[in-house]
Amino acid sequence: MIQAVMVISTQAKPRLLKFYNFQAPEKHQDLVRSVFQLLSASPDSVSNFVKVDTIFGPGTKMVYKHLATLYFVFVFDSSENELAMLDLIQVFVEILDRCFKNVCELDIVFNFNKLHTILDEMILGGQVIETSSEQVVKSVEEIERLEKQSSTTSFIPKSITERFTR
Amino acid sequence: MASTPPAPAVAPSLVDTLFQRSLNDLVKSLRADPSAAGEAAAVARALSEIHREIRAPDAATKSVALQKLAYLSSLHFAPVGSHPLAFAAIELLASPHLPHKHLAYLAASLSLHPASLSLLPLATHQLHKDLSPSAGAAHQQHVSALAFQLLASPAATAAPDLPVHLAHDLVQHLARGSPRAIAAAARVIAASPSAAVPVLFKPLAACLASPDPRASTAAAAAFCDLSAPPADATPFLPLAPDLYNLLTTSRSNWALIKVLKVFARLAPLEPRLAARIVDPVCQLLTRSSAMSLTFECIRTVLTALPAHDAAVRLAIGKAKEFIAAADDPNLRYLGLLALGMLGPAYASTVNDCRDAIAKSLGDADTNIRQEALHLIMGMVNENNVVDIAGMLISHVAKSDPEFANDILGAVLAACGHNVYEMVVDFDWYVSLLADMARTLHCAQGDEIGRQLVDVGLRVQDARPELVRSARTLLIDPALLGNHFLFPVLSAAAWISGEYVDLTKDPVELVEALLQPRTSLLPISVRAVYIHAVFKVITWCFSVYVGRLGDSGMAMDVMFDRLAPDQTVSLDSNVALGSGEEQDIGASTVRKDPFSHESILYMIDLIQTTVGPLINCNEVEVQERAHNLIGFVHLVREIQELNKRKVADGDEPSRLKELVKTMRTVFCQELGPVSVNAQMKVAPPDGLILNENLVELAGMVSEDDTTPSTSIFFYPCSRHSVDTRDEPAVSIGSSSLSEHRKRHGLFYLQTGKTEDEPNDYPQANDSLPSSSNNSVINDDKSKTAELVFAGKKSTATKSRPKVVKLDTEDFLSSVMPSANVPKEDPLSGALRDVLLGSDAKALSSQRASDINLEGMLNKTSSNESSSHLIENLGSYPASRSSRTTSKQQNDDKEKGTNPRESDGKEPRKHRSSGRSGHRQGKHKHREKSSTQPDTIPQASVIQDFLL
Repeated sequence: MIQAVMVISTQAKPRLLKFYNFQAPEKHQDLVRSVFQLLSASPDSVSNFVKVDTIFGPGTKMVYKHLATLYFVFVFDSSENELAMLDLIQVFVEILDRCFKNVCELDIVFNFNKLHTILDEMILGGQVIETSSEQVVKSVEEIERLEKQSSTTSFIPKSITERFTR
Repeated sequence: MASTPPAPAVAPSLVDTLFQRSLNDLVKSLRADPSAAGEAAAVARALSEIHREIRAPDAATKSVALQKLAYLSSLHFAPVGSHPLAFAAIELLASPHLPHKHLAYLAASLSLHPASLSLLPLATHQLHKDLSPSAGAAHQQHVSALAFQLLASPAATAAPDLPVHLAHDLVQHLARGSPRAIAAAARVIAASPSAAVPVLFKPLAACLASPDPRASTAAAAAFCDLSAPPADATPFLPLAPDLYNLLTTSRSNWALIKVLKVFARLAPLEPRLAARIVDPVCQLLTRSSAMSLTFECIRTVLTALPAHDAAVRLAIGKAKEFIAAADDPNLRYLGLLALGMLGPAYASTVNDCRDAIAKSLGDADTNIRQEALHLIMGMVNENNVVDIAGMLISHVAKSDPEFANDILGAVLAACGHNVYEMVVDFDWYVSLLADMARTLHCAQGDEIGRQLVDVGLRVQDARPELVRSARTLLIDPALLGNHFLFPVLSAAAWISGEYVDLTKDPVELVEALLQPRTSLLPISVRAVYIHAVFKVITWCFSVYVGRLGDSGMAMDVMFDRLAPDQTVSLDSNVALGSGEEQDIGASTVRKDPFSHESILYMIDLIQTTVGPLINCNEVEVQERAHNLIGFVHLVREIQELNKRKVADGDEPSRLKELVKTMRTVFCQELGPVSVNAQMKVAPPDGLILNENLVELAGMVSEDDTTPSTSIFFYPCSRHSVDTRDEPAVSIGSSSLSEHRKRHGLFYLQTGKTEDEPNDYPQANDSLPSSSNNSVINDDKSKTAELVFAGKKSTATKSRPKVVKLDTEDFLSSVMPSANVPKEDPLSGALRDVLLGSDAKALSSQRASDINLEGMLNKTSSNESSSHLIENLGSYPASRSSRTTSKQQNDDKEKGTNPRESDGKEPRKHRSSGRSGHRQGKHKHREKSSTQPDTIPQASVIQDFLL
């Protein structure tokens, strides 16, 4: 299964963290730090697989992709195929690109919720449930439509008018 | 759920209360000041704000606050007490507003953790509601997707009652083949097998055969996850037919990868499975264009089907293509990784790719280099160790320091493994060790030094070469500056002192040991150097004095052997360039190291260089220097000897006596000491080790306040000791053994010499000596000697005798057996379900025992099991001894076709191709056997597959 999905900026700031195995919240920062150390230590144009037994437990590996200012990192165990995981990162990035129209780091910074929605459409409980980017984009759009339908006002910040009408 | 907001400690400003900041506002404020302090302040402010807002009665405010809190805790590691967040999240789960609900589920799945499990029961009802079908289809699908998300989140899978309550809700979703439900079910089963397996396993298994490719793919992934290594894969054997079907029909690479992974785990458990899947796997391997699938096929073949030569060759061919992929380091890395998966038994197959692998040693990528090194070390054997080590050492010079040391470490470990079992030619190995020490970045001095001494102790025939190598190390003044080499130099000094009688030029050796740059050495090494000089000088005196006494034939023979290699020593003499020796007249000194002049020269050298060290403030050096100078003073008369010649017989004989005594001090040969040599020391008469000394306890404990440094008799220590030792052992002996453990050194006095074999056989003797010494346990080298004895004429060098102690053998054989497979709850639960009524008679513990036994038997003795099956076929009477009804059913089926049961040997399967119609027939049989209580553990699978 996939143990964790991380997006970390080249400035060592986490942009997306999702753990599929329980990791104590107070340990998250250390995990990000040690992963980032591995990432920053490995030069470009080398293989993208790193054994991370010491960080995530025996048999775990990490695959990453360095795109612009971001590292996309998937941590997985022996039940996943290395190259398939690399492809999955590609799919994930493709989806982001399609959902945000030329994705950049700022999109990822300001769209915490949508990022999770996209990821949840791809991976559930560490299992990949959808690998087609079109299908994921379609589902994400469908969810947005549904939520808009359900309530058009809920995301508007609490306003004076709301206060008065209550 | 509205909780009244308590009065805030500091009244917030009007703007703060009127306008709530959204998540975007929060992100912007965090980015406004990117410094750590600024960010911390912004987070603190946001947190206090959130704590106020999250108690707001209206859902909109609450949800935004929750969103901000989830963001902060996830990406800014804000130390959020889990409680307020979890509670608000669970509160909002019930919101009819879809966006609120979505937020709540997200926050809950991100932040719930076992500490907040007490809140999870509050969510159970909501999850139940959201999972049950109602309302509009699209809306409902979204809601249940959210519920699955929470159900599969790490915290929820740790909650024990959640699966119990919600497993039944999952079943209907499984029946529809929803990939989400399948993934969630897998997590739930993994989290609490006992509760979830009875309900969820069968619907999940049914999904494997689902016509919907998404469902079957998800199910394959789920089973791949559930059968992952810590778990036992045996309970999944009955799924083999469905998986096989998927393997041959599925078009999804993802599904195929997962199916291959499951098969790779099942194949070792069921020998006939390998023969069955090898063809489809090879087809996939040749046909597939997807690299991921190709790689998975390679992995499956190399890990699970290593006995199928054609498949292995095909897979290795593909792996070679991977290694040759010039533009993709990932493929190169994975290619090497794949070759490494083929176990050590097949190392020769990997040998074909040696050139490709050796090329990878120079790759720019660290991972690839490491993997290549690992592979190369895996294929080392006694025939190619010389080639490989030479090739590797040549790579050391080209590599960066870190990898160079990895290579050196690997070579040392491989050659030193199991008392140098791979090394045949020790002369080569010793010079290799010396070469390694001289490589540029060598940081393995400790291990090289240890092995040099160890080889000296164990292999008598290697000593001349050892002494030669030690000399070259010692005379090189450049090496003295490298602190990594100190242990090597120390070993070299010890060797040249200990085996001084093999040295060619003791004068040069003394010069090397006393050269000025030795002041750079650490104290411990200097002490070894001085002691080595002591040994050398003792030996020189003894030879010199002996020659004075009888200048007969024996001495001449000795000098023939010891005739100095003049060219070498003269060269090094120039290199050393010591001004002092020019005065003495080097040419005369060089001619005969035991002439009067050279002895005097050495005495002078010692007095000038070691003399000042008498005042050294390091005790080790000071003591050794004192010893040496003292000895030189004692034999001072030697100077006069030359003048008086054989004037009076009294003086020289006294001197001779003295020198001889000193020489005998060092004559005793040192050998390796067995780890449990202690046990061979017989207790002296009258010492009763088992005597109970407990009555002494009161006496001792009165004034003994420091028990840790001496033997202790406290009664309280009895418990701790007794649990470890056998209960009959009294406290006295146990504390003695404690003491013995701590001060083991002092116990080794008598009996040690018995353990050390002094009678080394000559390796180049045509007759291998048959030493009956019980300590030497060296059958292997003995047989090697026998084999090689005949080939002596063809210039093959026989492997010299290597002293090996029985305990070393014992230790190495004990170690691998430490990893006993352990039972996991999942397989237990699965077995309960799959075995049906039969298994219920057995307790789960019992079942696990059987499983362990079964696993062991299967792996160790396939032959015996197949033999058993054959017996069943040929003697029907013996079958009736098996009493379970299932087995009888099974036998009835078999009985219709007795030849079929004959053909149960795996080998026969491979040779006879399976025809299509037979496969169809079995598929039919598979269908019937998926009924609940006709699935015994192993025997039925035969039916599925044949």
